[in-house]
Amino acid sequence: MNPEERLSAPIVLEYPFTRTTGPVIGAFMTGLREKIILGIKRDDGTVLVPPTEYDPVTSKALTEMVEVGQTGEVTTWTWVENPRDQSPWDSPHALAMILLDGSDTPFLHAVLVEEPDHMKTGMRVSIKWKKETEGHIQDIEGFVPEKENHA
Amino acid sequence: MPEINVPSSIKDLEQVQSVRTPIRMEYTFTPGVAAQTYLREFANKKILGAVSPVDGAVLVPPRGADPRYGALCDEFVEMPHTGHIGSFCVTNVPIPGRELELPYISAWIFLDGADIGFLNLVAECPPEECRIGMRVEAVWKPDDEIGMTAENILYWRPTGEPDLPFDEAGVRGWHVRGDGESDA
Repeated sequence: MNPEERLSAPIVLEYPFTRTTGPVIGAFMTGLREKIILGIKRDDGTVLVPPTEYDPVTSKALTEMVEVGQTGEVTTWTWVENPRDQSPWDSPHALAMILLDGSDTPFLHAVLVEEPDHMKTGMRVSIKWKKETEGHIQDIEGFVPEKENHA
Repeated sequence: MPEINVPSSIKDLEQVQSVRTPIRMEYTFTPGVAAQTYLREFANKKILGAVSPVDGAVLVPPRGADPRYGALCDEFVEMPHTGHIGSFCVTNVPIPGRELELPYISAWIFLDGADIGFLNLVAECPPEECRIGMRVEAVWKPDDEIGMTAENILYWRPTGEPDLPFDEAGVRGWHVRGDGESDA
């Protein structure tokens, strides 16, 4: 087939999901709204952030939610030079696994620095909250180097 | 469900019960040779099927291959615009982004001479009167609105002819029509 005659059409696929959160993720989201981070305790005392309803190893139901710190350590990261249209962030940023103080599992969020030279595995970061929070993961605007947030 | 213990700081607050998690993908669809051939003729108000080189089964719409055998299907046949309902579903619950009046019927339409069906709307038929085996015909858009799009056919409506027997409707008909060994 002649390539010039080839058909093509734009497709947009969109699902406007709203999902119910359940008692554990719901409490986590409530925490975000109140600008605190909640994890959940496993039987061995370690803490999962974000919390899950069940222990990922033993499948035992977990019930003990605890507040963890708002500062933590970057355990690994990558640089996003050109965020896609759907990204919550418009400018270049890092995506990092962040181990919050008091948590035993790192979770993924953005670190808002201007260039990759400002990123380092092991660096300390802290949460930058949005002014208005509503109970959504994007209540966290991102993380910033710890000193910067205290400045 | 076990009782969840939350820190006292949020205990008495109204709990979050749901979150918005919209998903959106934008991409360009480039149909293959079979789908292009189908779409070009569809714009001429013709419906093409593909003929399996293995056993002559007629597959509508053409996908380029007989999926049972991985065999290339490059022979096309023009199909009639009539068929029957192989199975159907009545939807009573609205879906965001779908503007159809409730209740509506979606059905697997088996064109006369086709060995597989495709999903489409059935209308001009009260849901309680819809039946497996009911004979239907295509209702096309006005000629000046026909294009290379699946939207050419607005819906399928009953023809009023006698039904196909239940045992011959849809995929049940394989046992009647063929050698009974089809695993399509």
